[in-house]
Amino acid sequence: MAYNDKVLDHYENPRNVGSFDKADPAIGTGLVGAPACGDVMKLQIRVGAGGVIEDAKFKTFGCGSAIASSSLVTEWVKGKTIDEAERVKNTDIAQHLALPPVKIHCSVLAEDAIKAAIADYRAKSGLDKAKAS
Amino acid sequence: MNDPASSNGHGSDARPNIMTLPVYMDYQATTPCDPRVVQSMLPYFTEKFGNPHSRSHKYGWEAEEAVEHARGQVAALIGADEREIVYTSGATESNNLALKGLAAFYKDRKDHIITTRTEHKCVLDSCRHLEQDGIKVTYLPVKPDGLVDLDVLAQAITDRTLVVSIMAVNNEIGVIQPIAAIGKLCRERGVFFHTDAAQAVGKIPMDVEAMNIDLMSISGHKIYGPKGIGALYVRRKPRVRLKALIDGGGQERGMRSGTLPTPLCVGLGEACAIAQVVMAAENERLRRLQRRLYEGIVKAIPDVFVNGDLEHRIPGNLNLSFAYVEGESLLMAIKDVAVSSGSACTSASLEPSYVLRALGVDEELAHTSIRFGIGRFTTEAEVEFAIETVLKHVGRLREMSPLWEMVQEGIDLKSIQWAEH
Repeated sequence: MAYNDKVLDHYENPRNVGSFDKADPAIGTGLVGAPACGDVMKLQIRVGAGGVIEDAKFKTFGCGSAIASSSLVTEWVKGKTIDEAERVKNTDIAQHLALPPVKIHCSVLAEDAIKAAIADYRAKSGLDKAKAS
Repeated sequence: MNDPASSNGHGSDARPNIMTLPVYMDYQATTPCDPRVVQSMLPYFTEKFGNPHSRSHKYGWEAEEAVEHARGQVAALIGADEREIVYTSGATESNNLALKGLAAFYKDRKDHIITTRTEHKCVLDSCRHLEQDGIKVTYLPVKPDGLVDLDVLAQAITDRTLVVSIMAVNNEIGVIQPIAAIGKLCRERGVFFHTDAAQAVGKIPMDVEAMNIDLMSISGHKIYGPKGIGALYVRRKPRVRLKALIDGGGQERGMRSGTLPTPLCVGLGEACAIAQVVMAAENERLRRLQRRLYEGIVKAIPDVFVNGDLEHRIPGNLNLSFAYVEGESLLMAIKDVAVSSGSACTSASLEPSYVLRALGVDEELAHTSIRFGIGRFTTEAEVEFAIETVLKHVGRLREMSPLWEMVQEGIDLKSIQWAEH
């Protein structure tokens, strides 16, 4: 199948590939997907003062669309507060990358990854809403 | 007609060192027509355009002669009589005709078919279709090396068994089934033996007598012939009867109506004649290239696995799993090498290859498989290019893979509670 130019760009020049120390309290880590399904995404955020995401990194095992979705999300969440970042929707990712229906699950996984990273950060820093209530 | 023995400079490593990108390494999907095949076909599009079934003039006679000459070439390659060759549109039709045609003719007496889980879709789907008509089908498992267990096959045969249908060479992993032993068993037990030999004829010696084959499917475009033509071998002694799928003018002894496509028949015949002459030398050359590809990749980087038995395999195939690198992303990365993958992402169903699953390959590894198919026009330089490209990109993608990172940290991936989605 032919790929969309934006997918190809993120795939060939992925932004923010790498890892942070997940033991660092300022780091939130989300690991979603399963090897048996052919997609695993690890997305990490470093959160600074005021809950602003200062940096984000990812590693992805998956198809080109999965790599592009995670690369795009790391770009989008940088500079956002965690509350803002939590509102990133898979539909926005899918639309931006013009993903075909069969690849929508890649964008869903990217949304899950950022949510998981934020939840991890909140749990580590005692901001977990569920625990607080 | 061209001399099939002339090499034309093709297939030799002396070819000028100019590479067309992407390098074609998908020879199990299809092959380019051999230029000698194309040459043999050309007159039958224009000046010798007659209907081979026209009996009243020279146009018809010369077309008929060409079609029958080609039939003889196909028969000669497999040790058959030319009256046992039925032209079809390709191996898919041949497989449909063999299984559905047999079942339609014999189902009152025998209503059981035995096949394997690693057959081509057209065999499996023909069997599924027949199940709806009340035929019972046994889908045999294969061993982890991809080969059928003869004891398991022997136990599956009953007095209701009509036919055993087992492919000669698998299209994904290239493994060669023990065809002669299967044929012997079937003959002893009085059941027909059909083999889908789309990937075998012209690649390895196939002899319908020595192997006790009753029906055999042949494809044109897998053996450097044209697309849209194939054949079904149907044994005359002891006679195998089929009910036709296509009704009409009664061509091909009533088994396949429709005007024969003369140029395609001629091309198939020529492709078979060439294969018969070059097979031994071609296999030797491809075996060297296959070994080089294997050693260049598998011995250079860790965690690369061969799918299917390496020894019982045609030299034109190498199917590898690159752990921790998803297959489709690797396809994208090595876009200058045209290969295919067993990854789910390359299929409409999002399921990884059922062939690899039948071998017991972990789903995770099935997602990381790449099929390299080399053939008559593959050069040494192309193989070196493929090795270099693969090594570079597998390294890059592993650096991007969270699974690779976890394994490097000593984490057992099986110990993790993955959220299946």
